[in-house]
Amino acid sequence: MNHIRNFSIIAHIDHGKSTLADRFIQYAGVVEDRDFQDQILDNMDIERERGITIKSQVVSLPYRAKDGRSYTLNLIDTPGHVDFTYEVSRSLASCEGVLLLIDAAQGVQAQTLANLYLAMEHDLAIIPVINKIDLPSADVERVIEQIDSELGLDSDTHLKCSAKEGIGIEEILEAIVERIPPPKGDPAASLAALIFDAKYDSFRGTVIHCRIFDGAVKAGDIIRFMFNGATYRVEEVGHFLLQRQKRESLSAGDVGYIIAGVKTVSDVRTGDTITLENRPCPKPLPGFKEVKPVVFASIYPIAADDYTDLADSLDKFKLNDASFVYEKDSSTALGQGFRCGFLGLLHLDIVQERLEREYDLSIILSVPSVRYRFTLKDGTVVFVDNPAHYPEPMSIIKSEEPYIRAAMMLPERYLGAVMKLCMEKRGVNSTLNYPSPGRAELIYEMPLAEVIFDFYDRFKSVTQGYGSFDYDLIDYRESSLVLLDILVNGEKVDALSQIVHRERARGRGLQACERLKEEIPRQMFKIAIQGVIGGEIISRTTISPFRKDVIAKCYGGDISRKRKLLEKQKKGKKRMKMIGNVSIPQSAFLAVLKSDTE
Amino acid sequence: MDKRSIPNPAGNPLHAVQESDELPGLYIHIPFCVRKCAYCGFYSVTDRSQIPDYLEALRREMDFYRGWAAFFDTLYIGGGTPSVLPAAELEKLITDTRGTFAILSDAEITVEANPADIDAGLLTALRRTGVNRINIGIQSFDDGILAFLGRRHDREQAVAAVTAARIAGIENIGIDLIYGIPGQGMDAWLATLREAVALNPGHLSCYQLTLEDGTPLAEQFRRGKVVLPDDSLQADFFCNTSEFLEDNAYIHYEVSNFARPGRESRHNRKYWNHAPYLGLGPAAHSFSGRERRWNRRAVNAYIDDLASGRTPVESREILSDKQLRLEALFLGFRTRRGICLETFGIRYGQDLLTEKRDMLKRLSEEGLVEIRDGFLRPTRAGMAVADSLALI
Repeated sequence: MNHIRNFSIIAHIDHGKSTLADRFIQYAGVVEDRDFQDQILDNMDIERERGITIKSQVVSLPYRAKDGRSYTLNLIDTPGHVDFTYEVSRSLASCEGVLLLIDAAQGVQAQTLANLYLAMEHDLAIIPVINKIDLPSADVERVIEQIDSELGLDSDTHLKCSAKEGIGIEEILEAIVERIPPPKGDPAASLAALIFDAKYDSFRGTVIHCRIFDGAVKAGDIIRFMFNGATYRVEEVGHFLLQRQKRESLSAGDVGYIIAGVKTVSDVRTGDTITLENRPCPKPLPGFKEVKPVVFASIYPIAADDYTDLADSLDKFKLNDASFVYEKDSSTALGQGFRCGFLGLLHLDIVQERLEREYDLSIILSVPSVRYRFTLKDGTVVFVDNPAHYPEPMSIIKSEEPYIRAAMMLPERYLGAVMKLCMEKRGVNSTLNYPSPGRAELIYEMPLAEVIFDFYDRFKSVTQGYGSFDYDLIDYRESSLVLLDILVNGEKVDALSQIVHRERARGRGLQACERLKEEIPRQMFKIAIQGVIGGEIISRTTISPFRKDVIAKCYGGDISRKRKLLEKQKKGKKRMKMIGNVSIPQSAFLAVLKSDTE
Repeated sequence: MDKRSIPNPAGNPLHAVQESDELPGLYIHIPFCVRKCAYCGFYSVTDRSQIPDYLEALRREMDFYRGWAAFFDTLYIGGGTPSVLPAAELEKLITDTRGTFAILSDAEITVEANPADIDAGLLTALRRTGVNRINIGIQSFDDGILAFLGRRHDREQAVAAVTAARIAGIENIGIDLIYGIPGQGMDAWLATLREAVALNPGHLSCYQLTLEDGTPLAEQFRRGKVVLPDDSLQADFFCNTSEFLEDNAYIHYEVSNFARPGRESRHNRKYWNHAPYLGLGPAAHSFSGRERRWNRRAVNAYIDDLASGRTPVESREILSDKQLRLEALFLGFRTRRGICLETFGIRYGQDLLTEKRDMLKRLSEEGLVEIRDGFLRPTRAGMAVADSLALI
């Protein structure tokens, strides 16, 4: 156990986490140079393209330290987005220390802080590492000063590197060995293993990623999940050298995997404790919680024939994403679909993109919603996350919406713009701190619904990318809510219905009308688009018809050519949704839900 | 109408015509022009030294299709510019055609001609071979516009050509005109229409100028040298043309075609009615009711193929029921006659009235279609959007 170090790298987005991991992997020589690929741990295309880590990854790095001894350094790579905070916390619970990576040019950012707090909660050894010291804009002195003043860490403990140029890598590996304590635990005690992730393998079923705190586990053991009492026979255990590497057993201190015939990842709860059936540990490891989705939207196939394909794809998708939940839903305008719950908007984006990309489906997404709480006249309290289930307005005596506490870090010069944005987003109870001169930490309480709409993009834009943002859900607060419907030629497009704050309704209605006008192609007749609350029309636009589209000449030689063109158009039309007699392209739905209030 | 079925002689290279209500039409392409017009995308060449070899090749192709159909009731000689052929050659070609194919004695026989080529000699020769319809490519009565289009005739020649044809005894005269030309205002167009009507032709084709890839005009447009009317102005041209000519007793019987009652082009209607036709010459298309095929475009290749006993067919397609149905829709919506709902139901197995009820109701409320006497027909405004109507 003294030769094991379990650690994680925590950083704000783009501060170089994946690149540093790449260097460690190359240094350890666990992959041939010719097989190496940048961001090797981010093996989904979408992760590489967006520069984010969505699923956690583990790699065991063999390292011979200067003391002449060989160590196994288990790097647990964590997701790097606020939507996945719980997953990050379970990964951190599996470590004894972290590298806190800070970009030398950008300095401390909101997620640097949020991640640092998480690490502190777990009493982890923290090694501050200043990355990108080769950049012309690097300001190492300032970052050292921030480590002291903003993070409250001993700035003498920092290391400097350039992951991109491979500078300072060995020093970091040495520091991991010296400064991160070896795992504690009793290999002879009863098994207590923390699940920090699970992945689906089409041949082996669910591969459980876990950290063994006490005891040991080997093939043939009967294990039990303490959350639900389910038992399984272990088929294989091992650790990760990029690929899975089978081993005799895993014991206290180890990070590795267990394969035990678990069908889907949804049968496994991140944060749950695994123990042995015949010799259970007295109590589960601390920190378990069930992750609940906060953002909801419906997914419909564009072509009704694709419904079965969509159902199959969601099934498969769910195998590997336990935090994604869905159930059947149907829309009068869009037909059969699914109501889905997500951890946040990024999660929603990822699901949508992967469905389209990996499963080749064209889908329409309804306007995302948070979960509202209504108290009705008869005293019942209902939670509504689908505008289709909005209660009869006369029966509502109290409407409430979820609030978050948003923490933002930004250069002082953007403070005015950000405060204006937060107020526009109905932010209240602000607090302002100056962790260091020129840098502001701004805290607001805001409705979650405002944040999921387009807050993040606008925040990024008003701070020109220098601001960072993080949030926690806090509570439900009373709010004046209405149901906004969008009608196209008098037909309700239920996927565009939204529950909104009364003050927002007119603006949202107008915006939806304008966006639809831009995206819906002109058709043979006039199209009226209306925003409606109750029976009242609050916004309206019209799309005038085109008057001529026929080709002038159509004789013997023109007919096949024209037919082929029409066949192509017909195919294009199949990718649109017919609402009433109007063909609405997928882009129109996206435009409404992605749009900006300006 | 009696249904005639045409036998398929062994080894015939084209599907024999299917059972059809209409007799097939025969089209012969003459791919020669004195010069190319700026807007024209039709296949033609200006090297007229190939004419003798070409006519020889045509005769070989005719032999190929001998017996393809028992009778034809139209013959249409188009181009290119058929009138560039020496009168004697044109006469011989028509005589040979009548010798190869059974063309009914009351068939409509049309020749397209450029006003500059029309003289007594040509007209007499045409009359002798039974040509009873002439289609004159006048395009405009405005000399400025004629020059812009690259035409080799002027207004005066155009008027003279119509008069000469009439004097020669060809009563069925068609005039081709173009509108939506860069720089042409509505008034200028209506002036051209008035002059056309004053000549009292039985048939008028009014084509909106269309950019064809690879033409000098398309190139000018690409470089921003010329501006074409927008969608709304084009629609105005279309509607005003229709209104003006209908006021002058012409029936707007197809998107771009107008005729006095009984003077509709029998041949061209075959294209819109899905009737069979045989097309001879480069780039010509043939249709049997199920199969469509087309010849290679290049004159040289066409001549070479036939000289070495090969078919000049470039490609063919067998139309599925679905494809036939789509064609029947977009062709039907081009015509005032519209789509016969009963025939459509029988041929394509779709009851439009039931299956498209909501859409048709909406379209008729919008004044784009009307359902009358068992026909689903476009209104004037509907004809202007016929391509979209086909996609309902």
